[in-house]
Amino acid sequence: MKVLVPVKRVIDYNVKVRVKADQSGVELANVKMSMNPFDEIAVEEAIRLKEAGKATEVIAVSIGPTQAQETIRTALAMGADRGIHVVHDGDVEPLAVAKMLKGIVEKESPDLCILGKQAIDDDCNQTGQMLSALLGWSQATFASKIEIGDGDLTVTREVDGGLETIKVKAPAIVTTDLRLNEPRYASLPNIMKAKKKPIEQMSPADLGVDPAPRLQTVKVVEPPKREGGTKVADVAELVSKLKNEAKVI
Amino acid sequence: MSTLIFFEHTNDAISPASLHAVTAATQIGGDVVALVAGSGCDGAAQAAAKVAGVTKVIKVDSAEYGHTLAENLAPLIAKLAEGHSHVLATATTVGKNIMPRVAALLDVAQVSDIIEVVDADTFVRPIYAGNALATVKSSDATKVVTVRGTNFDPAAAEGGSASVEDGSGEGDTGLSSFVGQELSKSDRPELTSAKVVISGGRGMQNGENFKMLEEIADKLGAAVGASRAAVDAGFVPNDYQVGQTGKVVAPDLYIAVGISGAIQHLAGMKDSKVIVAINKDEEAPIFQVADYGLVADLFKAVPELSEALDKA
Ligand SMILES: Cc1cc2nc3c(=O)[nH]c(=O)nc-3n(C[C@H](O)[C@H](O)[C@H](O)COP(=O)(O)OP(=O)(O)OC[C@H]3O[C@@H](n4cnc5c(N)ncnc54)[C@H](O)[C@@H]3O)c2cc1C
Ligand SMILES: Nc1ncnc2c1ncn2[C@@H]1O[C@H](COP(=O)(O)O)[C@@H](O)[C@H]1O
Repeated sequence: MKVLVPVKRVIDYNVKVRVKADQSGVELANVKMSMNPFDEIAVEEAIRLKEAGKATEVIAVSIGPTQAQETIRTALAMGADRGIHVVHDGDVEPLAVAKMLKGIVEKESPDLCILGKQAIDDDCNQTGQMLSALLGWSQATFASKIEIGDGDLTVTREVDGGLETIKVKAPAIVTTDLRLNEPRYASLPNIMKAKKKPIEQMSPADLGVDPAPRLQTVKVVEPPKREGGTKVADVAELVSKLKNEAKVI
Repeated sequence: MSTLIFFEHTNDAISPASLHAVTAATQIGGDVVALVAGSGCDGAAQAAAKVAGVTKVIKVDSAEYGHTLAENLAPLIAKLAEGHSHVLATATTVGKNIMPRVAALLDVAQVSDIIEVVDADTFVRPIYAGNALATVKSSDATKVVTVRGTNFDPAAAEGGSASVEDGSGEGDTGLSSFVGQELSKSDRPELTSAKVVISGGRGMQNGENFKMLEEIADKLGAAVGASRAAVDAGFVPNDYQVGQTGKVVAPDLYIAVGISGAIQHLAGMKDSKVIVAINKDEEAPIFQVADYGLVADLFKAVPELSEALDKA
């Protein structure tokens, strides 16, 4: 079984994001970038499938600028076998990403694609579902457990009410939720080894996809600031304030 | 202009979550058509017809819609989208699962999790865990949009008198099937619609200690939530998670206990009207957004609070 794992390069989750003064977006210059955390979980799951003898090859794909290579290298250092880098500068929306991934799926014929449920920059939560639609495949989103069966997968999903289990036909698209696994850190020897693993480069045009955004960003602003910071001395003062000042109890 | 809304329901009744999407549709303007697809869903269809603002209900009663499987529902919604300028759902896990599949079938972008309707083509949505608000304009023929419930008041469940029209199903794709579910049971209000929420974090130390929060919840008619750390540690189930990648809540009162206030957590609760934080670390970032911060050991403060509420 071949597994494809799309990985996105995003602002590190620890960075305090700042909006640009001209309201065109957020400040990305000199900001720490990392692999989208949900994609680390996806890579980890794919590698575990390989270690369990269920997957034969794990391919990491990233669509992004030159530096997205680093993100692919991270996946390779974790244990992916090879990479595909679709070189593209500038924002790319989930629909275009899904179309490019579809092109790669058609070339590579994987049996399973594991994506993150959500990129923590655009917070879209769309790409996996869109890819699944374009391919006419089954989808199991927000996965917290994956069991590989014979021609199908049984997936437990994190839903608003708790957990749901579904069975999906292979080939399938799975998107990861936080509790699926705990991603490993790459060891130094594996980081060195990853430098020799192949990364194939291509362009959106090679895949026949126009990456131009469909949505126009009119402006990006900071959210209204909250005036917090007031402290109370003890529980009695807290209860009194909630009752008499805030009037919420 | 006309909006098709994917309604969530339990076949007998509609889910309150969908009422938020009705309000967003009303702000967009034009007809508001509710799609109720299910198996034995006449009760829900009749209920949808009573929702204020709904102009028509399309009922599709067919076995393949007995569970909310995206592979079966997306082709139906995409087909019915024809003739509508907008297709909406509330950004629940069901809406998030299905709608991007609909958008891709229609070859349009999706606008996820909107918090404001500027005009029929333009919407505001949070990005980067709510650290920035993007105004985006769509020129797609059909706008596929999911709506953040906390930013749109629910439409009145009564007062409407829409007609109910029968639609036919698209059949079972056979790609996926429902196996089972394990839902959290609680007599407390639902997290995303509760007026008061009390959440615990890693500071709670274990699941047993959450009983202290439940006790207060029962006194205040509150729902209980949690940080990711508390869920990851297994103190409480996944559906308790509040935050960027969990549930978004905006109650009148949010009480954060033993939660540090990481941006990912704040993303899910910082629109609450009044925020209380109880944390022993006076430097904890949660205090920067708290209207009332109490620097204290929760194991002392929470029982005291419980007692004080009896007298209050
Ligand atoms: C991709 C991604 C998505 C995420 N999504 C979410 C999300 O949706 N929701 C979310 O919450 N987090 C999310 N996180 C995690 C987030 O970054 C933080 O790690 C998490 O919120 C921390 O939880 P916490 O505040 O309970 O734990 P900690 O940060 O460990 O804080 C515990 C707090 O408890 C206090 N404390 C300890 N003992 C006591 C005591 N006896 N009395 C009083 N106070 C005490 C400590 O002072 C501390 O401030 C996400 C992270 C990533 C990478
Ligand atoms: N530019 C990209 N390159 C590779 N994978 C991506 C890219 N954008 C999105 N993805 C994948 O799609 C998932 C969901 O992203 P999104 O729909 O943008 O929230 C991510 O977790 C990735 O697995």
